[in-house]
Amino acid sequence: MKTTLTSVAAIVAASPVLAQTPTLNVYTYDSFTSEWGPGPAIEDAFEATCGCDLVFTGAGDGAALLARLQLEGPRTDADVVLGLDTNLTAVARDTGLFTTHGVDADLSLPVDYDDDMFLPFDWGYLAFVADKDTPAVSSFQELADSDLSIVIQDPRSSTPGLGLLMWVQAVHGDDAGAIWEGLADNIVTVTPGWTEAYNLFLEGEADAVLSYTTSPAYHLIAEEDDTKTAWAFDEGNYLQVEVAGILAETDQPDLAEQFMQFIVSDAFQTVIPTTNWMYPATDIALPDGFDTLTVPKKGVLLSAAEAAARRDDALDTWRNALSQ
Amino acid sequence: MAQRAVAIKAAGPAWVAAALVLALTVGPLVAVAFRAQVGSGLAAGDWAAIRFTIWQAVVSALASVALAIPVARALARRRFRGRAALVMLLGAPFLLPVIVAVLGLLAVFGRGGILNAMLGTIGIDPISIYGAAGVILAHVFFNLPLAVRLILQGWLDIPAERFRLAAQLNAPVWRVLEWPMLVRVLPGTLLVIFLICLTSFAVALTLGGGPRATTVELAIYQAIRFDFDLGRAALLAASQFVLCAVAAVVAWRITPVDGLGGGLDRVVARWDQSPLDWLWLGAVTLFLVTPLAMIVLRGVPGFLDMPASVWTAAGRSIAVAVGSTVISVSLALTVALRGGAIAQVIGVTPLASSALVMGTGLFIIVYPVVSPTVVALPVTMVVNAMLALPFALRVLIPAVQDVRQNYARLAATLNLTGWRGLRIVMLPRLRRPLGFAAGLSAALSMGDLGVIALFATDAQETLPLAMYRLMGAYRMETAASAALLLVALSLLAFWICDKGGRVDADL
Repeated sequence: MKTTLTSVAAIVAASPVLAQTPTLNVYTYDSFTSEWGPGPAIEDAFEATCGCDLVFTGAGDGAALLARLQLEGPRTDADVVLGLDTNLTAVARDTGLFTTHGVDADLSLPVDYDDDMFLPFDWGYLAFVADKDTPAVSSFQELADSDLSIVIQDPRSSTPGLGLLMWVQAVHGDDAGAIWEGLADNIVTVTPGWTEAYNLFLEGEADAVLSYTTSPAYHLIAEEDDTKTAWAFDEGNYLQVEVAGILAETDQPDLAEQFMQFIVSDAFQTVIPTTNWMYPATDIALPDGFDTLTVPKKGVLLSAAEAAARRDDALDTWRNALSQ
Repeated sequence: MAQRAVAIKAAGPAWVAAALVLALTVGPLVAVAFRAQVGSGLAAGDWAAIRFTIWQAVVSALASVALAIPVARALARRRFRGRAALVMLLGAPFLLPVIVAVLGLLAVFGRGGILNAMLGTIGIDPISIYGAAGVILAHVFFNLPLAVRLILQGWLDIPAERFRLAAQLNAPVWRVLEWPMLVRVLPGTLLVIFLICLTSFAVALTLGGGPRATTVELAIYQAIRFDFDLGRAALLAASQFVLCAVAAVVAWRITPVDGLGGGLDRVVARWDQSPLDWLWLGAVTLFLVTPLAMIVLRGVPGFLDMPASVWTAAGRSIAVAVGSTVISVSLALTVALRGGAIAQVIGVTPLASSALVMGTGLFIIVYPVVSPTVVALPVTMVVNAMLALPFALRVLIPAVQDVRQNYARLAATLNLTGWRGLRIVMLPRLRRPLGFAAGLSAALSMGDLGVIALFATDAQETLPLAMYRLMGAYRMETAASAALLLVALSLLAFWICDKGGRVDADL
């Protein structure tokens, strides 16, 4: 029955007699499509050239987005998914729902990134964000030895939280447990998501919060508040690379590919910095204010496969260290 | 026996209501279980989560109720200016979205909060709210007001004639009237609060200070969002239902039936007041109002600068609230009139539902039929009505029982049965609880994030969702104003309904 319906739909869609403006469905996370996010400007720019209707559907955060795709399965309406990060791409690949993107672009990521299925559209460094008055620390060990208080996100419910888990794994490997035990008395609390953590920090509940090096840019550019800064760590800061992919079952393969090409064009990339508050994926001029941001000495990133393989052990280590 | 005599034949509609509740609570769980690809059991961490969940729910319920008794007693025997306003304000914390309440609490009890600032001026080291104490504090903040309202209702239901009789006989009011009433009211109240805390997620984690404060709901979240392990999610959600069932049976077992006669609905003038009443009222007002005041203060600066989309979202929330109130109150009335075991089961099942499993399950059910976006608002309306049903029932069932017990024989003698009985005997006496139930439903629906997050795109955004999305876009000041609007609308909805139920009634 389902196959019949799908084929009928395919025939109807393909029939030249019934041809109308084609629709490209893009699933993304909420803050991308909101009126303050990049969504509206990107929709206008793409629709000006594609002769199509671009429809963004927001579905929670990156993890919720992937869960939603898995729920919908192969008959999903989505043609393109935008907003998974590298901690999720291994699982996303294993679902078999995605196909190759076919884009060959010059990316400006601080690490080598090569994935034929998932195309980066922006990226950022994870970092602890604090007031400029707060004495900065430059490593996990120094943070653990200090009296500074921090708020972090739970790796079981939040993507930056999972990023932090991978960060400690990547730079401290076998010593990750000791690092977490050292950090235990610095951690004020662990929140379910970024929103709660960042609010707690702004309310003065902690000296620093796990966020991005680009967070101070929001306060500087949108609020003209230059009191916030991010800490660069000697061992490097973990990268969050946000990616897009094409669904294998898309009924608009050509439009989807056109959109993937658009993602690495200037029209898309120039919107990102001051709406999504992340770094663009290609080498374009950054807006004023971004030059004041902390630039970590190096970017750290576990490969998607490695991140997936080490997650369960890393979670156990984290939970044991913080439960004592 | 007398109950049977005027039992309004509401069996049919009550079964429909029961079927609907089960379809929306257990149905999604079954859908999730069937959709599961891999079957994995509970992990070691899950058992720790279950233990912590039970522990914090028990302590939170006991603490809320223990504190609520003296407060409800003080409210029952004192008349003062602003009493009605205080009673209404008691509804407020219960209706707040979690993050708003947490931020309000932190403004008072947090590291940079008022309390620590005051302690600092007299040279005392700052105290930390994070940990088990913080979780309990927040749960008491949420649920103490609900406990007070439910227990106060019990006090108000003791007829004035009994107090007069007690006064004439110089009998101890506490032992002959108040304690028996409490024994009847407390198990149900404890049960409701236990169940609310059972499914707590963001409060427990945010204030709990770390992974020690992991609840079952968080484990469900992880299973669905990060592991896509639907089998484990379904198993965890089922364990919440089992806990709910055990707690409910215990509560029903220890609840005795009231056996005294009725009165003439007169207001009691109490002579046995204690100066401690003022202490309790003052303390609880301070505890509840200070965080609320902080929420208002945070929201005022950006209030007039809120974007149009927030107001549109507010309009949607109002529409959803009106719809779900109508559904919830009519179902609750039907079920309360029918009474019996169905009413008891419906009264607790929705409380034990995991919001995420409910949302996910409904998504699985709806998706093959119609686009989830199209039905986002109707689904939210119905789900919110279901979630409000236990509270509406908690208020209506005892009221219906009282009317039956006190007027059934008289009504039967006068041949006031069926619809006429409902109109002449029942409804006039149910006006106050009906108003309260409607107010609770409306306000709960207004502030609930529920399943909407899974279904809605921007075009179906409700006010709580708009507020969360503003925070996600760093716009904390606008979000604080949206939160203020949400609190104001919830209280307004509550006030309108509650007032409607108390026209010419002297509460």
